[in-house]
Amino acid sequence: MSDAILSLSDVTKQFGSLLASDSVTLDLRPGEIHALIGPNGAGKSTLIKQIAGEIKSDRGDIHFNGQNINALDAVARSRMGLARTFQVSSLMPEFSVLQNVMLARQSVSGKVFRFFKPVLGDKSLVDPTMAQLERVGLADRAQMRAADISHGERRQLEMAVALALEPKAFLLDEPMAGMGPEGSKRLTGFLDGLRGQAPILLVEHDMDAVFALADRISVLVYGRIIATGTVDEIRGNDDVKRAYLGEEA
Amino acid sequence: MTMNREFLINSILAIALIAVPLIALGMDEPFIITLATKVAIFAMAGVGLNLVLGYGGLVSFGHAAFFGIGGYAAGILASHALNYEPIMESPFLIEGTTQMIVIWIVALIVSALVALVIGAITLRTSGVYFIMITLAFAQMIYYFAISWPAYGGEDGLSIYVRNGFPGINTLDPISFFALCAVMLAIAMVFSAVLIRSRFGLALQGARQNPQRMTAVGIAPFRIRLVAFVISAMITALAGALYADLNRFVSPTMLSWHMSGEIMVFVILGGVGRLFGPLAGAALYIILEHLLGGVWEFWQLPLGVLLLLVVLFARGGLVGVLAGERKHV
Repeated sequence: MSDAILSLSDVTKQFGSLLASDSVTLDLRPGEIHALIGPNGAGKSTLIKQIAGEIKSDRGDIHFNGQNINALDAVARSRMGLARTFQVSSLMPEFSVLQNVMLARQSVSGKVFRFFKPVLGDKSLVDPTMAQLERVGLADRAQMRAADISHGERRQLEMAVALALEPKAFLLDEPMAGMGPEGSKRLTGFLDGLRGQAPILLVEHDMDAVFALADRISVLVYGRIIATGTVDEIRGNDDVKRAYLGEEA
Repeated sequence: MTMNREFLINSILAIALIAVPLIALGMDEPFIITLATKVAIFAMAGVGLNLVLGYGGLVSFGHAAFFGIGGYAAGILASHALNYEPIMESPFLIEGTTQMIVIWIVALIVSALVALVIGAITLRTSGVYFIMITLAFAQMIYYFAISWPAYGGEDGLSIYVRNGFPGINTLDPISFFALCAVMLAIAMVFSAVLIRSRFGLALQGARQNPQRMTAVGIAPFRIRLVAFVISAMITALAGALYADLNRFVSPTMLSWHMSGEIMVFVILGGVGRLFGPLAGAALYIILEHLLGGVWEFWQLPLGVLLLLVVLFARGGLVGVLAGERKHV
């Protein structure tokens, strides 16, 4: 294997007669944003789930941080430093914004079974959490319930939770989904600055964002990667044009 | 400010629980004191269940098992002590006791072990399956108690003299009430501290969104299992007190009706509200004795009330009076 942080080889998943992912080979290198694009139903989210450990692959190997993680469940993979966000915001609706992020912080601290100290009075959790919220621009929403903030803010909160995990790699499943042009632009800038912290595997439909951010792009069609390359290579690739970009234009 | 209103409601409930038996004492109405004691004990059983049902979102339909285990801990230990029969002689001697503190420790340990086994199996399921399997385990223990002749089987077991507590005449109704009220207060403070801790945050997170829990690297199962065990221990302690209140323990304490009743206290009073079980237990006992005395079918209005709460007031009595919470 190369020095990739995350690498997939021959990863396959079949649902009945549907090949959701078909011998996918892919890697994520330090410092890069690797975009995974493809038409609806191509199997992008399924692939993210396989990497995150929510779905077991039928075949193939996933290496993360130099270790084969095939046998690890989603909890173990998260603890190893694989942070994912969800296509549809998956948060704790009754928790405040602050509590949502604190849960991730306390997971990272490794001390979940603490029964007596009030969590909201724990400076070692609250302070770094507030700093995180500051960073994604949610500090003034800290005390609001996650259910009560706007859609765009929930997307930001998803990012804040992922950041709080201090991951070695991000798996972002359509972070721009449902965001206005303004929000998308802001998030694009934010993700651009994030790659120095940890590489990002980015599933995204917003092509402006993808072309602006991606160091490499892989194109997934019917569960198969039909091309991987730089932005220019992908733009010039005839297969891709036919299978994907052409349909959109 | 809903938080302040909830604090006010809670204060009124707490003051009422203390004031009613004191007034009854002045009016020489020991039966009222016994009713208040029953409220405190039932509320404590509910506080235990509320931890998993309210904060953990786990609908355990088997908490009578733990209530009964607490009861039988009191009954069995006391009967051995009163009959001067050791529980076992070899390999080492274990004797019965009439000391509540020892009984409580036994109740806590036994209920924790049983809950650990039941929880480890049932918490692998969810939804209706969880409800049914917790029920099934409780029924197994119920039938075991019924068919175990050594401790009275179906007839139950009498405790001729209420067990003792250092410095207190436990046979004096108001003293025993005070003991139960203090135990309830301890259980509630413990529960309040617990739900504000890191563990409490994780437990409430696991209720709202297990997928998110997994994604942040916390396995919901372990959190739930620990909560289930703690919950069972609180309910078992209430069971031990209940056996002493009645000076009698029978398989009824283990029956699914009892599980349902404990659940009713929590739902009626307010699921996931600290004072919910107290409000629910108080309302239940009041209805039972106001309506039960004059009308055989007193449980009919109770059923209607429960239906209304479930349909229109998810926060139960406390929720209706204090309003919805801002956030957890």
